[in-house]
Amino acid sequence: MKTKKLLMPFVAGIAATFIGCSDEKAPAMTLNGAGASCPAPVYQTWTYSYTQTGSVTVNYQSVGSGAGVNQLKEKTVDFAGSDNPLTLEEQQKDGLEQFPMLTGGVVLIVNIPGVKTGEMKLTRKALADIFLGKITRWNAPEIQSSNLDLQLPDLAITVVRRADSSGTSFIFTNYLSKISDEWKNTIGCGSSVKWPVGIGGQKNPGVCNNVSKISGAIGYTEYTYAVEAKLATVALENSAGKFVQPTIESFAFSAANARWEKSPGFYMVLTDQPGENSWPITGVTYILIRKDCDVAIRAELIKYFSWCFSSGITAAKKLNYVPIPENVIALIQEKVFGNVN
Amino acid sequence: MFNADGIFQRVCMVTAMLAGVLMLVFFIQLGISSQAVWREFGLGFIFSTDWNPVTNSYGALPAVVGTLITTFIALLLALPLSFFAALYLVDAKPCVGEVLGHGIDLLAAIPSVIYGMWGLFVLAPLMQKYVQPFLAETLCLKSIAWFGDEYNGFGLMTAGLILAVMILPYICAIMRDVFKMTPAMLKESAYGVGCTKWETVKDIVLRYGIRGILGGVFIGLGRALGETMAVLFVIGNLMTMPKSLFSGATTIASTLANNFAEADGMQKSALFALGLILLVMSFGIQAIAQYYLHVTGKRRGEK
Repeated sequence: MKTKKLLMPFVAGIAATFIGCSDEKAPAMTLNGAGASCPAPVYQTWTYSYTQTGSVTVNYQSVGSGAGVNQLKEKTVDFAGSDNPLTLEEQQKDGLEQFPMLTGGVVLIVNIPGVKTGEMKLTRKALADIFLGKITRWNAPEIQSSNLDLQLPDLAITVVRRADSSGTSFIFTNYLSKISDEWKNTIGCGSSVKWPVGIGGQKNPGVCNNVSKISGAIGYTEYTYAVEAKLATVALENSAGKFVQPTIESFAFSAANARWEKSPGFYMVLTDQPGENSWPITGVTYILIRKDCDVAIRAELIKYFSWCFSSGITAAKKLNYVPIPENVIALIQEKVFGNVN
Repeated sequence: MFNADGIFQRVCMVTAMLAGVLMLVFFIQLGISSQAVWREFGLGFIFSTDWNPVTNSYGALPAVVGTLITTFIALLLALPLSFFAALYLVDAKPCVGEVLGHGIDLLAAIPSVIYGMWGLFVLAPLMQKYVQPFLAETLCLKSIAWFGDEYNGFGLMTAGLILAVMILPYICAIMRDVFKMTPAMLKESAYGVGCTKWETVKDIVLRYGIRGILGGVFIGLGRALGETMAVLFVIGNLMTMPKSLFSGATTIASTLANNFAEADGMQKSALFALGLILLVMSFGIQAIAQYYLHVTGKRRGEK
């Protein structure tokens, strides 16, 4: 009896809190997303602005591509972001639908005394050999030969790569597999691989931090993070044999050549695209949703993503991401969004 | 109406049993979740050095070795430091001893992620610029395999150093308490028969406090084995066998923290297996410690 009396005020209090909550004009629906950390800066800006404009709250947790897709499969989120595209078969197996959202570039960052951003040029072979551990010092002839105007120090190369499994690693190792048979045969391509050399950093900011702290380091990261960390980027040799600087324009050139209408389930890897001005390591970041998702939620999701494709573009460009070309948006609207109506 | 004593007793009993049950459940859960790995690789999983998510082949040895080496470095550095610090603090003037003692205690209050940030932003660059070149070039140690690898400030040595700072307050606090409990009369008698300070420490204080010292060591050991965040920042996260103390490596705890969110299938099972190995390691060390103390306790005449 005594305990009951003691508990009553608590129960009443808790009940009051809940009732109080529902009285407020809180948003009617919440859409939860999780996944890739690469596009997270854009997604977080979008979810914030979109929640301000309407009655729907959108959340996005930057947990990594694989974790996002896992959460979507387990139905704990409504949509997932991923840099690691699923093939049509993989999508069908788990009842998922995938479409591209943004294009971005993976860039190489270095910390070499006296080398400023854009000054260093790396050939395809030199890049692959550095990550294979075959070139170990910055003044190696293979690097010096394409950088005759630079005084390169006799400094050990420290490779920095991702410690966690990551879509950025997928794009990067996919590129290395395309430019080096040795990489393809001994290491392969994946969101986490058996790196022959180098130390691991946690997510994009971790790689940037490690590169900025280690003299002689080279690492790869999503472009925005390199810009924010003010690290020296490297010009790379593309498939046309030209050295290109990582810029929004060179990412866009690379994306422009892609033939989306011919790729089932929007499966597309944009690395090593042809074209003299194309940045070689361009990646597409995707949104995945469930086919069996609730009709009302699906309608709101489509409303939200349509808003991203139209009103969200300015914010994306400001953060150094390239929007998907118009004709591809039309294709997505026809193939994915159209399914409900 | 109530049997107050009975209820109280039962609440206490349930709480006590909860700890034991939890321990058992942990073991069972880790065992079940790691089944796939044991079935695929058998006990060879523990001794394999291959960790390749592309080919789905996993081995625990690099992580186990990394864990043991960082823990060993940490103990090697922290043990003498905390021993002498504790000796000083016990015999120092109360005002000095109190202030310094609290200072060391406060080290234990720093969250481990802060240690990690300090390691990444301060310690690792210092190691690359000064400590490692000094060891390798100035002292000419680089011809020895242990100091032979290229250095970049990250790796076993830096991780061990951070761990040493982290476990120092725990070991030191326990040693201080133990040293304080040495009966004053015994110490006075030692001085009385003409022992020096060192002889008193060696023959009286140390003998009297060995149990407590070992207790402190094992608490430090347990903490160093399982430490995750601080190590993760500076170890380099390399799933290969370390070539030297300068090499990047990985520990079990940091491997788990790095890979769990994204792991799937066999990799997830391998991570659970690593967790089980870590649990068995800590458990084993505790068991050996207890047994050792039990056995030597009789010899030292405590019982």
